[in-house]
Amino acid sequence: MSLFWPVLLIAAASALAAVIRLPERWRVLWALFPGAAFAWVVLSWPDVVGGGQLMATIPWFEELGATVDLRLDAYGGLMAGLVTGVGTLIIIYAAGYMEGSPGGSRLISLLLIFMAAMLGIVVADNLILLFVFWELTSITSYLLVGFSHEKLDSRKKALQALLVTGTGGLALLAGLVLLGIEAGSWQISEIIANADVVMASPHLHGIIVLILLGAFTKSAQFPFHFWLPNAMAAPTPVSAFLHSATMVKAGVFILGRFSPVFSGSEWWHGPVVIAGMVTLLVGAVLGLFQTDLKKILAYTTLAVLGMLTMLIGFGSDLALKSMLVFLIGHALYKAALFMVAGGIDHGAGTRDVWKLGGLRAIMPFTMVAGALAAFSKAGFPPFLGFIGKEYVYKTGTSLDHFAPIFTGAMLLGNMLMFALALKVGWYPFWSQPKEAARGHPHEGSWMMWLPPMVLAVLGLVFGFMTEWTGDTLVIPALAEITGTPMHEHLALWHGVTLPLILSLVTFAGGVMIYRAREYFWKKHDQVDSGPKVENAYDRLLAGTVKFAKRQTRAIQGGALSRYMFIVVGATATLLLWKFVRFQGWPELTWEGRLAPIPVIACIWVMAGAIAAALAQRRLVALLSMGVVGLGITALFVNFGAPDLAITQLLVDGLTVVLLLLVIYRLPPIRVEANKWVIRADAVLSAIMGGLIFALTLSAMQIHVIERVGDTLAQMSYVEAYGRNVVNVILVDFRALDTFGEIIVLAIAAIGVTALLSAKKERSPDED
Amino acid sequence: MSMLIALTVGVLFATGVFCLLRRCLMRLIIGLVLLGNAANLLVFSAGGLTTGVPAVIPSGETVAPAGAADPLPQALVLTAIVIGFGLIVFSITLIHRARAASGNDDVDAFIETDQL
Repeated sequence: MSLFWPVLLIAAASALAAVIRLPERWRVLWALFPGAAFAWVVLSWPDVVGGGQLMATIPWFEELGATVDLRLDAYGGLMAGLVTGVGTLIIIYAAGYMEGSPGGSRLISLLLIFMAAMLGIVVADNLILLFVFWELTSITSYLLVGFSHEKLDSRKKALQALLVTGTGGLALLAGLVLLGIEAGSWQISEIIANADVVMASPHLHGIIVLILLGAFTKSAQFPFHFWLPNAMAAPTPVSAFLHSATMVKAGVFILGRFSPVFSGSEWWHGPVVIAGMVTLLVGAVLGLFQTDLKKILAYTTLAVLGMLTMLIGFGSDLALKSMLVFLIGHALYKAALFMVAGGIDHGAGTRDVWKLGGLRAIMPFTMVAGALAAFSKAGFPPFLGFIGKEYVYKTGTSLDHFAPIFTGAMLLGNMLMFALALKVGWYPFWSQPKEAARGHPHEGSWMMWLPPMVLAVLGLVFGFMTEWTGDTLVIPALAEITGTPMHEHLALWHGVTLPLILSLVTFAGGVMIYRAREYFWKKHDQVDSGPKVENAYDRLLAGTVKFAKRQTRAIQGGALSRYMFIVVGATATLLLWKFVRFQGWPELTWEGRLAPIPVIACIWVMAGAIAAALAQRRLVALLSMGVVGLGITALFVNFGAPDLAITQLLVDGLTVVLLLLVIYRLPPIRVEANKWVIRADAVLSAIMGGLIFALTLSAMQIHVIERVGDTLAQMSYVEAYGRNVVNVILVDFRALDTFGEIIVLAIAAIGVTALLSAKKERSPDED
Repeated sequence: MSMLIALTVGVLFATGVFCLLRRCLMRLIIGLVLLGNAANLLVFSAGGLTTGVPAVIPSGETVAPAGAADPLPQALVLTAIVIGFGLIVFSITLIHRARAASGNDDVDAFIETDQL
């Protein structure tokens, strides 16, 4: 079956879910669609391990390098499995979570379209296509974070997430385009195969920085981390899916994808390692002070994303192996913990740690799921989380440079995460019972506890079957990232080694931090109001709005005369540029004889125009305008255009008469007081006039040998039986133009009628 | 001759633009008329000028006499004059109504829609 089907299937399910409003009890059936896609990924797995791949192509804008190239390898397949597998459970969970509240169908539809986009990211093999899916996840994330759109706060946070990831997305686009141009190919697999071409490019550093910006914003790396905790305004199924298991991993995913291309560059390792380490520590430390279950989880997600990024930055096979184990483990336990937090919220009516406690008897299933997930996150053996941590320590201790610093950061991060895991998965159930906030705490439906249970149990199973997990999932994906076949295995037990000792230290430290939890919680408000990167974002946003306002006031303040000045000035500049840069000025020659009649007519016209422009009295201005028309009539007569002369005379007369009728309804001409304005206008008008003079002169100096008009003059009588060529052109050769002209006149007439008959009472004059 | 015609077009344009830059509604109309004339004269003369002989086929002949004026720019300008007239009439009415509705003939006072 083609690679397109899973993506299309989920997208189709989204469209259907938007249209067909299933009753609440049946909504869980939507999970069948991603479930089928997941089954497809699982069934395709034998085809992609060991360097195999599935490919599919449809032509799109091939001239632009954009084709719909899809490719499934073991690395993409691993992610595809997470997206569809976790996604299936999330849909089940969402169906339960939204029971009794409005908008369930909408949530499921949006989750599904996000899922299709996310699946697109991991199977896209074309740079442009990758970007399209990437942006689609940003947009759907915006819609999902702002799901409760009636709340100002959630709209604001949705916008923040969109602006941060969207800005990064633009950087990514620039980076991908540059990468495609430099590599000479838009196909990702081809670019990876020819990494040395990119490494030799003079724009290498630019490409790296731009792609990193895209990945860091998406994966909420410091200093772009702040949007992720804020995105917790979303409903819990969304947080569990987008903001822990999948979307925020998109950044990490492409870092891993492009790691073989850029791993030779210092510009890659340095920023990636440092951003990862800072994010790890910032996330873990700030998480300590959080009192909202979802916020705690959001900060630990930051910490984990930081850890994954740091591991990719190290770039060694061991580091990448640890990254993959950690990534799988995290996707399983974090999504589960989020669902548990949502279940507690649902059942007990609050997510506030001060109000929670003693739920173990009331919510037994959720308790089991929470405990299993928390143990995996805390890194107890034999959970997958333990193996992930062992490998992380192994990586840290085997580094060539700064091993103590990085290992120290890992140790601190893991200790904090240990404590945070217990706070979410243990504390609400096993602490002293407190008064629940509202209602009677109760266990949710099976749709709410089964999905986290499945994920949490998988964390345990994968950990038990270490060797199977390694050989089937981790090592094939690792081979895709590194580009070399691997014959290693995962192991649960390495003997009493430094990593194991570090793990024990982590437990001890973690337990201590957990016991001191209330100390940190009490400082929540203090930390929350302290300095943070988000303030800089707020200021930047406010500054942009302020700047836009000022700029608009300056160049678009509403004064029409100023608009006119800008328009004329811009036109003059363009004309000037054309003359100076391309055309050159015309020669100043008097072509043709100076006959007395046209000379007088020209002077007459010019004098009339100047008088009309400067006259202070309405009547003088009007008559001068009439004079100009008469002068032009004379010119038409002189240069063999009697028809024009007649028309001009008629129109000129009509215009003057019409204006005479209106003129006394208008106030007298006002002369502006500001001399500088008049001077500036005069200078601009003179420049414009001079340019038009030059333009006319250049046009007259082009002598066309074969004029279209001559052909028309020859055909006039022969073909159209008319002797007046101008008239024949108007009513025969260019009849359609004349028809258009009549329509224009008709529209003008309708407009005039409408204006004149508009109801008088609308005008403020007569109020 | 060509330079004088070009100069006339230039002056018409300059005065027209100057009028358009004024804030008084009456000047706006004058500016439009002047600019219209300038544009017509520009198109008319751009193809080169021929003195005296209109593009009319004398009876008994089947083609226009040699050296007759170019009929095409004339046809274009004729259309332009008429359309220009339509524009002017519409503008006069519009300005008249604008003045009646706002009680003001200063174009810079019409800033309601653009105010921030």
